[in-house]
Amino acid sequence: MFPYLPATPEDEKIILERLGLNATEEIFRDIPESVRLKRDLKLDDPKSELEMGLILKSLSRKNWNADSVPMFLGAGVYDHYIPSTVRFAISRSEFYTAYTPYQPEISQGTLQVIFEYQTMICNLTEMDVSNASLYDGASAATEAAFMAAESTRRRQILVSETVHPDTRRVLSTYMGHRGLELITIPMKDGVTDSERMRDAISDKTAAVLIQTPNFLGYLEEITEVEKQIHKNKGLLILSVDPISLGLFKSPGEWGADIAIGDGQSLGNSMSFGGPGLGFMACTKALMRKMPGRIVGQTRDIDGNRGFVSTLQAREQHIRREKATSNICSNQALNALAATVYLTTMGKHGLQEAARHCYDKAHYAASLITESGKYQLAYKKPFFKEFPIISTVTVHKIQSGLLQKGMIGGYSLNQDYPALQNGILYCVTEKRTKQEIDCLVQALEEIE
Amino acid sequence: MRQYNKLIFECSSAGRKAYSLPPADVPSSELPLSLIRSEHAELPEVSEVDVIRHYTNLSQKNYAVDLGIYPLGSCTMKYNPKINEEAARLPGFSEIHPCQPAETVQGALQLMAELEEMLCEITGMSAFTMQPSAGAQGETLGLMIIKAYHRQRGEEKRRKIIIPDSAHGTNPATAGMLGMEVVEVKSDSDGGVDLDDLRKVLSDEIAGLMLTNPSTLGLFETNIVEIADMVHEAGGLLYYDGANANAIMGITRPGDMGFDVLHLNLHKTFSTPHGGGGPGAGPVGVAPHLVDFLPVPVIIKKQGNYELDYDRPLSVGKVKSFYGNFGVLVRAYTYIKTMGAQGLKRVSEMAVLNANYMKEELKEFYELPFSQTCMHEFVLSHLKNNPYGITTKQIAKRLLDFGMHPPTIYFPLIVEEALMIEPTETESLESINEYISALITIAQEAITNPEIIKTAPHTTPVKLLDEVQAARNPIVKWQKEEKKG
Repeated sequence: MFPYLPATPEDEKIILERLGLNATEEIFRDIPESVRLKRDLKLDDPKSELEMGLILKSLSRKNWNADSVPMFLGAGVYDHYIPSTVRFAISRSEFYTAYTPYQPEISQGTLQVIFEYQTMICNLTEMDVSNASLYDGASAATEAAFMAAESTRRRQILVSETVHPDTRRVLSTYMGHRGLELITIPMKDGVTDSERMRDAISDKTAAVLIQTPNFLGYLEEITEVEKQIHKNKGLLILSVDPISLGLFKSPGEWGADIAIGDGQSLGNSMSFGGPGLGFMACTKALMRKMPGRIVGQTRDIDGNRGFVSTLQAREQHIRREKATSNICSNQALNALAATVYLTTMGKHGLQEAARHCYDKAHYAASLITESGKYQLAYKKPFFKEFPIISTVTVHKIQSGLLQKGMIGGYSLNQDYPALQNGILYCVTEKRTKQEIDCLVQALEEIE
Repeated sequence: MRQYNKLIFECSSAGRKAYSLPPADVPSSELPLSLIRSEHAELPEVSEVDVIRHYTNLSQKNYAVDLGIYPLGSCTMKYNPKINEEAARLPGFSEIHPCQPAETVQGALQLMAELEEMLCEITGMSAFTMQPSAGAQGETLGLMIIKAYHRQRGEEKRRKIIIPDSAHGTNPATAGMLGMEVVEVKSDSDGGVDLDDLRKVLSDEIAGLMLTNPSTLGLFETNIVEIADMVHEAGGLLYYDGANANAIMGITRPGDMGFDVLHLNLHKTFSTPHGGGGPGAGPVGVAPHLVDFLPVPVIIKKQGNYELDYDRPLSVGKVKSFYGNFGVLVRAYTYIKTMGAQGLKRVSEMAVLNANYMKEELKEFYELPFSQTCMHEFVLSHLKNNPYGITTKQIAKRLLDFGMHPPTIYFPLIVEEALMIEPTETESLESINEYISALITIAQEAITNPEIIKTAPHTTPVKLLDEVQAARNPIVKWQKEEKKG
């Protein structure tokens, strides 16, 4: 007997009798002999809960984790504070063992959470409409590019070099399949080269994609690009760090048509890069082009407020090959985490957390660069991440820090080789002054 | 219990807070004023008590597997073991960053490598990538790999993809998304792929065939070997949609049936929770001739250490940031290890036995369009005796009054008024009998008391919701003004 399989031998006998069978294997008689597996699968013997616990503990202990060592990695996945309320809510099995709300009358919990999520994302980004979430920031960027191409009937997407390299990789994987042209505009001094971007924009451009704070942590100034792309009747897609929106200008304020981003920071653990969520919000004009689920408010026959999945005419199960996207699931549980996070932090907490990140990152940057051995790659406004260059090799720095029991920043060697031995450091509100001071000291002691 | 009907925004009161952050321990820095947000984001101001009560109240308006049977066809709503949840929450799995040096995440890489090996054995494929976030993204990647294979062989003209009319909507949507042309192939009278129709559509422009086996009708494709041969002879590849893999573990393998590429839904077959609609995971497996096209990075073992290899010149690229939904992978890994070969085979046996038992008990009351032995699910149609024209939607709504989740309805599209039932192996005989008896009661009510069905549901937190109004007049966020109205 297995703990998740309730059928007793007696139950099995009853079923077989009802089916007029002598033995269980007879139920598979429609499967041709030639494709039947005539041996046991080669897997380890079943493990009891105690044995499995030991295996898991031993595997997990081989990993250094942010609970036990100071970590200064960011680059798209962030070690932010997760309030205890979030873990409580996502552990309610009424939420996590439900599925997509196909039957709205018995899914009001999930549906209302998504409605609240949509409201919070709209308020955070200052956009009109949000969907119920997407897989991650990179898939949100891809879907936004498709959406822009479809609504402008143009095929060219301009992307700044300061957009996350993984996002650009995923974009380039997808774009070719739909006959879209992806053009990367080189950066200048760590930010989007506005002049080159402006010159590249034409009446062929479906959209410009800019990220702020950008991959290197710098805050972008988007006014000029916004004017030019809208003059040419293209769309502005802005990718943002949701925590930064506690302090800095929102996509709505910049005049974005589509706001996207990775929502992992909002109450989701890093979990080796997934699962998290991507968010997407847009102007009212684009609502019916938006991919993914959208929840709307309605009434039941007694006039009580309720929520349903809506605008489903866009989706795959209705439109099949003409759907706006093939997406079925969203990241509902991760969106629940984001909703509870934003509720818990609230109006003031998000700003306070963002301010902590800002101050701690600037404190770290100023101490790291104090002796002159390390320099900021560019002196520009940044949020919680900043690139440091030096004559010491990345390898020496990273292994030096590992020896001191801490995990340093993200190596920029591969994606931004022009930055000499560049490392991108991230400092969130979770890093203490003491941890930052240790990092600075360790960096000074490296050769 | 009282009815709870508040939005979190309606609980908000200026000055309340639910968070606590430590006092600043570093000096504050000057902000770049031109880049500052002009107004606070409009978020709730509530206490921690409000947060917990609100979301606990909302959770109680949900039906879930942990409350009872959830036989949603093609979704495999099986029980989600609790050790899997504990596993994913271990700090050594949940608090690790994807860009850590490989030597500091050997446990995570080992887990992924071992999971890959186990999935290869279960499916008969040569290699797997864990990158796709869900089945739909797995399909996308699978078709990209098929396209890359043909391109590599100088056969870019192969842009057509054959999809049976019984297929799930994602299959054609994915093909459309990738600029491929969909060619529909009909089902024969037994619910299988019509071989004559298939022969007609095969040509040197065919990239491949997407097939779910068992099909969305819950039937095993008995001609699978012929189908595979026909498609391969025409130069196409076979894609296996793993949505229904719960029926075949340890019984037969897609690799042995002749499939070249497939995706699995870990949130179906391998018991990871559905989360209210995600996160899932849709790993993609390939036969030997497609291994080089897998996305980067690939996990390799060198001198006893696991590494991430990005040097794959033929790779289709990346479909997701980093390596996939790792937290979901940890749960599936735990599940497979706790079940072992014997347990997984038992899963498929009981899933199939339970479905057939239910089918036999219900066919007296509901039309059964395909009467052969089913696999892990089956499809019913109209009520046999239906003088008042009860619809499938009404049956589904009436089931809610019995405190049970309805089956998948109106799918597959080729069956009228379809009710698609997948009990799964984790339901006991008692639970299955209760479901059968609810459906029989409804069949009787359809004759004796049709009104009670037509006005259902009666016992749910809200009654029948107006979906037409929601689409016509979309209200997709809460706005302050509404309070007055």
